[in-house]
Amino acid sequence: MRIPCPLCGPRDRREFTYQGAAAMLDRPAPDAGAAAWDDYLHNRDNPCGETRDLWFHEAGCGAWLVVTRDTATHAVMTAKLAEKGAS
Amino acid sequence: MGFSGGYSGFRVFKEGLFGQKGWKPAWRDPDPKPEYDIVVIGGGGHGLATAFYLAKEHGLTNVAVLEKGYIGGGNVGRNTTIVRANYFLPGNSEFYSHSLKLWEGMEHELNYNVMHSQRGLINLFHSDGQRDAFVRRGNAMVNQGDDAILLDREGVRDHLPYLDFDTARFPIYGGLYHPRGGTARHDAVAWGYARGADRRGVDLIQNCEVTGIDTENGKVRGVQTTRGAIRAGKVAIVTAGRSGQVAAMAGMRLPIESHVLQAFVTEGLKPVIDHVVSFGMGHFYISQSDKGGLVFGGDLDFHASYASRGNLPMAEHVMEAAMTLMPAIGKARVLRSWGGIMDMTPDGSPIIDKTDTEGLFIDCGWCYGGFKAVPGSGFSLAHLIATGRHHDPAAKFRLDRFRTGRGLMDEEGTGSQHNLH
Repeated sequence: MRIPCPLCGPRDRREFTYQGAAAMLDRPAPDAGAAAWDDYLHNRDNPCGETRDLWFHEAGCGAWLVVTRDTATHAVMTAKLAEKGAS
Repeated sequence: MGFSGGYSGFRVFKEGLFGQKGWKPAWRDPDPKPEYDIVVIGGGGHGLATAFYLAKEHGLTNVAVLEKGYIGGGNVGRNTTIVRANYFLPGNSEFYSHSLKLWEGMEHELNYNVMHSQRGLINLFHSDGQRDAFVRRGNAMVNQGDDAILLDREGVRDHLPYLDFDTARFPIYGGLYHPRGGTARHDAVAWGYARGADRRGVDLIQNCEVTGIDTENGKVRGVQTTRGAIRAGKVAIVTAGRSGQVAAMAGMRLPIESHVLQAFVTEGLKPVIDHVVSFGMGHFYISQSDKGGLVFGGDLDFHASYASRGNLPMAEHVMEAAMTLMPAIGKARVLRSWGGIMDMTPDGSPIIDKTDTEGLFIDCGWCYGGFKAVPGSGFSLAHLIATGRHHDPAAKFRLDRFRTGRGLMDEEGTGSQHNLH
């Protein structure tokens, strides 16, 4: 797997650390309640097919990326900077 | 003698004399009936064991197991076959202890040779801190009533003389020896439970994919399948890595992320590894199958995946760990590798519970440890379905522990978060 880092170009998967579903970007309000926080922290769509997840370019530029890829084939479509509001 | 006949040494001898012509299929291949009392979605090890124990322990035989592929074609045939009860935390400890006891009676119970081999499992440690942790784990295992023996370096050498003790980057300090641990023939476990369930009247329906779960007023009514609708008052989702998709049919989101775990097997070799050995520093474990292949694996690839195959970085890591631990393995040729879909929970422990939909049960989250749990999971889920009460050894496998924070079972102590197990 190679991930096309917007800053560094296509780089080996080994340079990146996986965080999880990009839903982690949609952080609930502090007072949103236990159910919203449980959903945010634990529950996942866990799709078989196209998914968006967070990767940290740890051995590269240090950027957080939102990667669109296919969990069934390991194809990587796009990678965008998380700070650009890719959610 | 039943449909497929009993199995015995005498039978093998007799069939040998008459050209092996008396063997019959070990289970029927029925069409689905329009209605059952209980439908189990998923004909893997856990689903088949559930059906078997529903019939055997609770006399419930109007049961169907729906399998989208074929019996034994999923994770139950794609694992590294290790059976052990060396867990530490309350909740896990009593469950795997119970499961191991079921393993020990399984062949007699099923009249089926699952080649359960209690060859002993040794977890190596490589530092004083790891030794302390294993002493504590060993004490927990002994307190649970299971077996654990702390080996020093020379004790490990007596068992595993072929390891690299002297030049390794992480010298071996000792190991925790679990003599009742071992391996079993994974396919045979599926086949044995399938045959046992079938003979008690359970319908095993293959090539039958569930496409919808019917609910009405908060109660489950049945399932839609590629072979038509099936009504049932109780439905159990036992679909491992596919749990997310099946639960979504009932409007649920689960605390599950599906990951890929790789495993490898070499060409068949003469006996060289007598135990199951795990390397404490490099996410590596190995055993030798009865056919002679060295079966080994490592850690997850660590990204969500349904591809059923892994990537090279983890393959490389596993090979490096193998060479570090036992350089002799470099002479062996890897025959094949594969990947399974692991239903990972945030705390790394499983779920056997009711759901918010009445009559709908879920058994999932076995992470990379589902094989050893097959009998225990089936027994406990059958108990829950039949009685409505949690079976004591599995009573802590609650779905709501993530919401409440009570009873999290984070065996590795790394935190209850999706990317940490």
